[in-house]
Amino acid sequence: MILDARGSFCPGPLMELIRGIKQAKVGEELEVWSSDQGSKKDIPFWIQKAGHQLLGVVEEQGYARFIVKKLK
Amino acid sequence: MKKVVILGGGVGGTIVANLLAKKLRPEEAEITVVDKTGKHVYQPGFVYVAFEHKKPEKLVRDERRLLRKRVKLVLGEAVKIDAEGKQVHLADGTVLDYDRLVVALGARLTPDELPGYKEAAHHFYSLEGSMELRKSLEAFQGGKIVVTVASVPYKCPPAPSEAACQLDYYFTKRGIRDKVDIHFLSPLSRVFPLEPVNPVVEQVFAKHHIRSTIFFNAESVDPEKRIVNSIEGESIPYDLLIMVPPHRGAKVVEESGLGDRGGWLPTDKFTLRTKAHADIFALGDCTDVPVSKSGAAAHFQAKVIAESIVADLRGEPATARYDGHVMCYCDAGYHKGISMSFDYEHPPVPPPLGLKDWMGKRFLNRVYWMLVPAGRV
Ligand SMILES: Cc1cc2nc3c(=O)[nH]c(=O)nc-3n(C[C@H](O)[C@H](O)[C@H](O)COP(=O)(O)OP(=O)(O)OC[C@H]3O[C@@H](n4cnc5c(N)ncnc54)[C@H](O)[C@@H]3O)c2cc1C
Repeated sequence: MILDARGSFCPGPLMELIRGIKQAKVGEELEVWSSDQGSKKDIPFWIQKAGHQLLGVVEEQGYARFIVKKLK
Repeated sequence: MKKVVILGGGVGGTIVANLLAKKLRPEEAEITVVDKTGKHVYQPGFVYVAFEHKKPEKLVRDERRLLRKRVKLVLGEAVKIDAEGKQVHLADGTVLDYDRLVVALGARLTPDELPGYKEAAHHFYSLEGSMELRKSLEAFQGGKIVVTVASVPYKCPPAPSEAACQLDYYFTKRGIRDKVDIHFLSPLSRVFPLEPVNPVVEQVFAKHHIRSTIFFNAESVDPEKRIVNSIEGESIPYDLLIMVPPHRGAKVVEESGLGDRGGWLPTDKFTLRTKAHADIFALGDCTDVPVSKSGAAAHFQAKVIAESIVADLRGEPATARYDGHVMCYCDAGYHKGISMSFDYEHPPVPPPLGLKDWMGKRFLNRVYWMLVPAGRV
């Protein structure tokens, strides 16, 4: 599942991810795209707190892709 | 004659209709608003019904009286949008043709989406909800009140923290503040959604002994044990639960196959044309535009849509763009308020908390009816 939250200010991208995780199945991978700098702190922090796995952060031109696996 | 149909007579739909009636000559277009209730509701006032003594009837006016004479008002529920056939179907079987359609249907409250919500939670997101909350507050003699949201996104992002401040002020005035524990649960990484404003709100919370927990995204409520559980794995007890209900986009949008996963209508954030159909515009709470769902956003968006429709109908290029502008006032109690203004390019500047913005909010509550629906400002 790809959640494109580019162009939305923090906390928009994190809100998208939370919404996505709620709808995803355990084991499913999600990708959230964000152009907001605040996401670099917010998103990994939330993933850790919520007990999911951050598989990677890929820097693209003007935005970052956060790849997340739902663990529970 | 061209036909413009506007679905929803709330903040966004009413302003678009009135601006079009002002800009277009009568022979240029017929303008029709469809609303299922025929009543226009000033939602920012709900807080004052719940926490003060605002009379509910003061927040409701007849939509007909807010619309310019030449705007046709049809009372009815839109049940299907046929984008290919350029028609809208109403529940009573009426079919309306359009050349341009404006979708301004607001957000839908969907309490069933969170297990336990309906049995357990109070809220101030409808007139009825606010009146019931007021009764429960009046009966409350002490204990723990949890203030939170059922899910994201929800309209008026500052409203839950505003409610926490109002609760503190309410019980202080009643003289039993020391018997009430107020606990605010935020779904995000901080108390207030907008980062630059967060320190101000944190200070207010600290000063007034409002506790907070971050990263709390509700998963279920247990009405018997009086506990709210989060997807992050925490469980928090309450005596009174005040929780903003789950939201979705408009039902007719979803059922017509036009919505995204949350039922929000995918809309270009600058032109406000829907992504799938250039002859359908959308504004306000029903869209997926990445700004706070607020009356202020709907208000600024309405101007862009009115200009674009005039240009379309006259065969001119439509150049108006929405810049993401949102502006709002929060009432923190104790005659203090904060305002914030931001757009796609400019985050809000941390505001000072004070009397001026408190008065701003109170002033807007009074002048709203005269200025806003008519599109005078
Ligand atoms: C407690 C609270 C406090 C708020 N405070 C503020 C604030 O301080 N500042 C601010 O800017 N905003 C605030 N808001 C948000 C603001 O009220 C909304 O963002 C605004 O009303 C959105 O306008 P809209 O036109 O998109 O939708 P709405 O105003 O909700 O209007 C939607 C209309 O569509 C009609 N409708 C729905 N479905 C159908 C259908 N199928 N057929 C026909 N008609 C239909 C409804 O009857 C309604 O009249 C607050 C909201 C709440 C709940």
